[in-house]
Amino acid sequence: MPEVDATFLALPRHELAEAALQRARDLGAAFAEFRLERIRYESISLRDSVLESATDDEDLGLAVRVIYDGTWGFAAGVALTKDEAIQVAEQAVNMAQVSRPINAEPIELADEPVYDDVSWLSSYEIDPFSVPRSEKVALLTDYSDRLLTADGVAHVSVHLATVHECKFYANTEGTSYTQQRVRIGPDITAHAVQADRFDSMSSCASPVGRGWEYMTGTGWDWDDELAQIPGWLAEKMAAPTVESGSYDLVVDPTNLWLTIHESIGHATELDRALGYEANYAGTSFATTDKLGTLKYGSPVMHVTGDRTAEHGLSTVGYDDEGVAGQQWDLVKDGVLVGYQVDRRMAKVNEDLLGTPRSNGCAYADSSGHIPIQRMANVSLQPAVDGPSTEELISRVKNGIYIVGDKSWSIDMQRYNFQFTGQRFYKITDGKLDGQLRDVAYQATTTDFWGSMEAVGGPQTYVLGGALNCGKAQPAQSGAVSHGCPSALFRSVRILNTTQEAGR
Amino acid sequence: MTTAIQLTPQDTIERGLALAAAEGADGCVVIVAETSSANLRWANNTLTTNGAMRGSSVTVIATVGAGEGTAAGVVGRSSVTDESLRELVSAAVATARASSAAEDARPLVEGTVGADWDAEPEETSVNVYEKFAPALGETLQRASKESRWLYGFADHEVVTLYVGSSAGLRMRQALPRGHVTATGKSGDLSQSAWVGAATRDFTDIDALALDSELTRRLGWATRTVSVEPGRHATVLPPAAVADLMTYLFWQLDGRDAFEGRTVFSKPGGTRVGDTLSSQPVNLLSDPQLPGLETFPFAVARSSGRSSSVFDNGLTLTATDWIRGGKLEHLMTSRHTAELIGAPAATPDIANYVLSVDGASGSTDDLVAGVEHGLLLTCLWYIRMVDPQTSLLTGLTRDGVYLVENGQVTGAVNNFRFNESPVDLLARFTTAGATIQSFSREWGDGFSRTATPPLLVPDFNMSSVSQAS
Repeated sequence: MPEVDATFLALPRHELAEAALQRARDLGAAFAEFRLERIRYESISLRDSVLESATDDEDLGLAVRVIYDGTWGFAAGVALTKDEAIQVAEQAVNMAQVSRPINAEPIELADEPVYDDVSWLSSYEIDPFSVPRSEKVALLTDYSDRLLTADGVAHVSVHLATVHECKFYANTEGTSYTQQRVRIGPDITAHAVQADRFDSMSSCASPVGRGWEYMTGTGWDWDDELAQIPGWLAEKMAAPTVESGSYDLVVDPTNLWLTIHESIGHATELDRALGYEANYAGTSFATTDKLGTLKYGSPVMHVTGDRTAEHGLSTVGYDDEGVAGQQWDLVKDGVLVGYQVDRRMAKVNEDLLGTPRSNGCAYADSSGHIPIQRMANVSLQPAVDGPSTEELISRVKNGIYIVGDKSWSIDMQRYNFQFTGQRFYKITDGKLDGQLRDVAYQATTTDFWGSMEAVGGPQTYVLGGALNCGKAQPAQSGAVSHGCPSALFRSVRILNTTQEAGR
Repeated sequence: MTTAIQLTPQDTIERGLALAAAEGADGCVVIVAETSSANLRWANNTLTTNGAMRGSSVTVIATVGAGEGTAAGVVGRSSVTDESLRELVSAAVATARASSAAEDARPLVEGTVGADWDAEPEETSVNVYEKFAPALGETLQRASKESRWLYGFADHEVVTLYVGSSAGLRMRQALPRGHVTATGKSGDLSQSAWVGAATRDFTDIDALALDSELTRRLGWATRTVSVEPGRHATVLPPAAVADLMTYLFWQLDGRDAFEGRTVFSKPGGTRVGDTLSSQPVNLLSDPQLPGLETFPFAVARSSGRSSSVFDNGLTLTATDWIRGGKLEHLMTSRHTAELIGAPAATPDIANYVLSVDGASGSTDDLVAGVEHGLLLTCLWYIRMVDPQTSLLTGLTRDGVYLVENGQVTGAVNNFRFNESPVDLLARFTTAGATIQSFSREWGDGFSRTATPPLLVPDFNMSSVSQAS
């Protein structure tokens, strides 16, 4: 059983927290919280089976956030000394003082039970940082070789990112916790190059909250997928170009997770709906006046937010404001019913949300950044006893089955999106009929989800996700998972990307 | 409590190099970055977040072996003390020993001690907003009175970089960088406008003037018109050109092109020497460009594409990527230059200037010459759809305006576009003068750009976006 890393526990976390929180109290802060974070990153890249780079980085630091005179103040530092902790607390108060004249809304937080010196670990078997570098490179080289030696593969790119995150949090309400999370994100792509064109085929293995065991077969069948990629790529190179128009789509969970992320995940972030991200990530069409009434999609649509799913990248014991992980509904029977919030938004919008409690979506990507509302795992629920992917395909006369994610883009209010994928299979009379190429699907969020006729059963459910979701200024990177079944959509606009390029 | 000692950057480097030698490393590069930053963020006419941050990072690149058999170990840590430096260097040397030979191995760059090597790191603090913050407060109050909504972000950062190596290199460079972006919305949120600017120290940022420009643009939206998707005559201001050309800049990797994976590939090699535009278009990078100054030597914390950890400290000089419409160079390290048969390494440089010989005039001047078309503000969520043509998709954002007979006559809906920046260089009909610009999408991370406004006769708006 993994345990919290002993070298992190050996850091003077309680002493630093007490020094910082006491200084903030002494200066008159109404609330203060302290974070000590150590995040280790390993990145390994291979190019055509040759090691291109391997780096091992660690980010360690402390942060203090205060509410002083009704205004937030945040500061962060790197030295793990009492003097630094005190100085950072003073800087946070100073930041609040300087900012007070431009703050029009006194800050208050939703209540949360106190958790006294608790511990939490994410679910994994083997800490990737405990595996020798040479063993990791050897496995990745083997995976790369299997592709590179296959017919039709000109080049192979392999990248593996692993993260080991240790956090200690304490606030003036008495909550303190120590939390350790591990995540891993492989990226394996085979490239084909012909005289007149080139293309690629990537593994559909998503980043996930697992350990090294993910790379050796737990949670993903590498042997099967690596054996098939060269054939899939060759078929794609020889495939006919798609005729643009309207098609019925069966979307595989390896593609649909990203559409969920962009068109539901971000759109149900309350800070976006309230305009906090208007200058950067954007706002949301799903505004608060529509809560409980907006027809987000068809009646088969049930979307949850959670910070509790096993192996979820956004799964935590406690968030960065000391709130315990929870699960709740965002869209039920096709109607918008919830948002993702933090403690401040929960307090201000208590009547609207119908609950006085935060659902625990505060997150900062490092000690150097301020916690903001970040995405929970946002997942589309499968239908109990629902159909298999093959059954969904059998219901389509003329359509396309889309597997794997690739290109993605959506507007600042989360209406208009365009996605591509790894493989597009033509569906003719309920059967797969070979690959197509140059395919992109484009839709407006509510039209697309409104056209969802059926969702697959639990046997089609896959947890997808990303390590690099961007939000906020200064920009922060978040890791988040999205589970979903296969799903059937009627009459979706398909573009031919070669035509779009004017060729 | 810990009794570890925080070291100066210079001491960290000297001790790190000595420890690496003592551990038996054949070569070593130590990079120390001292960073300080302060930011203010506001939305709905009030402050939302702020921060004053300090960071410190040390990267040790240890090499063992010689010539083609050289292996490298790269380990980075923040907040290094005299105690943790020893572990850091040991880890880097051990990693190098456990690694196979690096294909980009080259002799470490030799050098002398820079004149300012002994200088302390430079710093910024919240005081950089001494004049800006009160003026911002005034605009937020003014907006509330006038029923407008303001949203924005101001960031200032100073990075002081120290690079030292066992080959004698001792380089120091301090670089300030700042920017402000502001979005204005009408009281009913139906209309949106945006302005952005890069700055070195905020002395040249006038919060009231930025607000006036937002108000002027929101005024254009008193008349709204629906425009269908299709190919439209479109004026791209310098910010929107930077949104697209920064992506083109990132496609300039020599090895990727040579291996047949990018828009700059052709059978048997690259398109270096090919004409991309019949117009006298130039794209160049130069670390010494006034107002766009960046690190004048290569800094690589990992190897990949045109970066090589062995090239740390390599002098960067002005490089033409496109000259007179012709592709001149692609980005290479010493290793990849050799691989693709380029005469010399032309590493990535963190700025660029796009210009057109003989072009003059502003965005407003370009608008004056348009009979019927669109004026954009900026672009957003730009992603690669097809690397073969460098086809990008994305959206217009925060202000698309109708131009009739040389005048802005109203605001129109947003669009999704599908366009290739390489094709745009071949298709634009008029360019204005190049000015320092700030990309909406990439400026936070890549702010040192100068671009002209461009008139494209047939910009491909693929569909309407309802976003407002």
